[in-house]
Amino acid sequence: MNIRYTADELAFRDEVRAFVRQSLPADIATSVRLGKHLNKEQHQRWQRILSTKGWYAANWPVEHGGTGWTVVQKHIFQEECAALGAPRLISFGVNMVAPVIIKFGTEQQKACYLPRILSGEDWWCQGYSEPGAGSDLASLKTRAVRDGEHYVVNGQKTWTTLGQYANRIFCLVRTDTDARPQQGISFLLIDMDSPGISVRPIITLDGEHEVNEVFFDNVRVPVQNRIGEENRGWTCAKYLLTHERTGQAGIGTSKAALAHLKQVAAQETCDGRPLIEDPLLRAQIADIEMQLMAIEMSTLRILAAAQAGGVPGAESSILKIKGSEIRQAISHLMRKVLGPHALPFVEAELNPAFAGEPRHADYSSAPASEYFNLRKLSIYGGSNEIQKNIIAKMMLEL
Amino acid sequence: MDFNLTEEQQMLQDTVARLVREQYGFEAREGFYRSEVGFSTAFWQQLSELGLTAVPFDEALGGFGGGCVDNLVIMTELGRGLCLEPFLHSQIFGGGLLQQLANPDQQQTLLPQVVSGELQLAVAFEEPQSHYRLNDVACRAEAVEGGWRISGRKSVVIGGDSADRILVSARTFGEQRDDSGISLFVLDPAAEGVSRSGYPCIDGPRAFDLLLEKVFVPSGAMLGEEGQALGALRYQQGRAIAAQCAEALGSMEEVFSLTLDYLKTRKQFGRPIGEFQVLQHRMADICSELEQARSMAIMAACVADEPDSDDRSRRLTAAKYIVARAARFVAEQAIQLHGGIGMTWEYSLSHHAKRLVMLSHQFGDDDHHLGVYAQLMQTA
Repeated sequence: MNIRYTADELAFRDEVRAFVRQSLPADIATSVRLGKHLNKEQHQRWQRILSTKGWYAANWPVEHGGTGWTVVQKHIFQEECAALGAPRLISFGVNMVAPVIIKFGTEQQKACYLPRILSGEDWWCQGYSEPGAGSDLASLKTRAVRDGEHYVVNGQKTWTTLGQYANRIFCLVRTDTDARPQQGISFLLIDMDSPGISVRPIITLDGEHEVNEVFFDNVRVPVQNRIGEENRGWTCAKYLLTHERTGQAGIGTSKAALAHLKQVAAQETCDGRPLIEDPLLRAQIADIEMQLMAIEMSTLRILAAAQAGGVPGAESSILKIKGSEIRQAISHLMRKVLGPHALPFVEAELNPAFAGEPRHADYSSAPASEYFNLRKLSIYGGSNEIQKNIIAKMMLEL
Repeated sequence: MDFNLTEEQQMLQDTVARLVREQYGFEAREGFYRSEVGFSTAFWQQLSELGLTAVPFDEALGGFGGGCVDNLVIMTELGRGLCLEPFLHSQIFGGGLLQQLANPDQQQTLLPQVVSGELQLAVAFEEPQSHYRLNDVACRAEAVEGGWRISGRKSVVIGGDSADRILVSARTFGEQRDDSGISLFVLDPAAEGVSRSGYPCIDGPRAFDLLLEKVFVPSGAMLGEEGQALGALRYQQGRAIAAQCAEALGSMEEVFSLTLDYLKTRKQFGRPIGEFQVLQHRMADICSELEQARSMAIMAACVADEPDSDDRSRRLTAAKYIVARAARFVAEQAIQLHGGIGMTWEYSLSHHAKRLVMLSHQFGDDDHHLGVYAQLMQTA
């Protein structure tokens, strides 16, 4: 047994490191490190840099513009980017709908959509959740009724992340109301500028406009925009959800957040000494760092199995639970490190373009709101309780 | 990266697993526990005959040349069977110290019998006041004509009256908690001035307290350089920690499977209790903790043979911390999920639970290792 990367993998890691260090714009790195709300332009600028390098669609097959990397290389790339402070890629296009199009789409659909994702021309959002369909996704009610060469879509989607930036949405819609819940669903690609679509912001508890409601009022969608067969959309959805879960442990992101926390704790003081010297705080940091090490080792074991041709099963549910808990724990500790300075809530300071004097320090503006924002981690992508159901069913056969 | 056992290691696993399955049924174990030495001498004999006692030693010294991954394989199976023999303390910890520090003379006179399993070792390092700190050594050795005279107390030395030689840490110079000044001696328990009082521990194995009153040991009994034993003690304790993580892993795997079976077969309110979601989620939690512990036990085995470094120390400390906490969680939840039956002496589960909880009282508990890691952690 051997827990270390091979020489080739280490060389690849160094190549990624060198590239990210050189190419990641300083303003983007700073926004990420300080927990500010990245704007659309910043996201797109980083995507373009990666796309130019040929590294944007890392998970795609080579013939569509992918990298041909091994699963270990993909992991290294993702974790190195995060650890060096690159923004998390908005995955809806490149890592969610694209794999579904590649797997289930027609040649025409591939030719139409994939290049536009690669170039950044299209910004996709996800139309899954509904007011009455959260963890129980299959109970969704948005209807699509066939009318000649079109579907007529009526209903409402919600929690649509960054839908305000999107020009396209992929949706699960009900095309058969008589079948069992999973069997009457189809997978549709819809233009956001179609007549009858309206988007309304949902402001979350941290004051952020990250998610939206999307309303469909007699929206006409060409039948050719359907991926896969009619009423077989659940297959696409399940395939996509497995893509969504892998890599969700967010090890690199947690490493970066923990490193930042240590830096801040070295600057904040208590009893005239840097807070980082406080044994109680150090113990809490140590606890998190050791748990992070355990998730990293579990991830490497799953990757090694996948590299050898295995298909990750409910083990990724364990990673999702543990990974989200750790990111939440770090954000909790970060808030505590700031003491009273976590209290001021000055929204202007959360804007990446803010150029004024911060109230306390540049690092103190965002952590409290970020802490509240990150409560989402244990809710989305299949809540942590759903993950436990999956473990109980798939691994324990209970 | 490679998480597979070699063919040889798989054979080793099969051999130990079969031996434990055939020889170490729960009732047999109860008999070994109640016997005079507190374990099975016949089982130890078989470990010896199959060459398993030689696994952790270099080939040049008559060993099998196994590394800590081989130890992982053996200890996982011994842990699954709740075996009482002092394999870890004698062959891995004591044997490791001997192999690292012995001079050619000691290699010839002592090592072959340890490798073969004829002679069992115990390591006496805890003292009444030391609380897991290897450097806190009040026990003193004074230089006298032809050797040393050792006086002091050692507490809870694992391995019973069967230990044929005891490796004792004693201070030859310096203050009580200084890092330097600690020497290691090979002690014959029959020497004059040695009193040992043995007892069973709550999780099964035997241990003893040691009172040393001006015990004479010849100069040739010192292991390694005078006053410089702490580094080796720490290094070998790291290997022992890796082995202990494996032992806990085997025990946790057994508890996991007993508990899962119980959820599927025990019926209440007309259905298997495993159909209740609250119990399913608890079992999913056990599964997650076990998975993390398994990852850390594997990691510990992979780094324990590396040369000493901060990275190795951090990883071994982290492994001990994560495994100790997982072990306690699994033990407590398994008893809870079993209900009353989990509280009884007659069911193996309760003995696994005791072992899993009490393992943390050797080589430092989770608080101790949390403190160690907090010190070693990189902050810039």
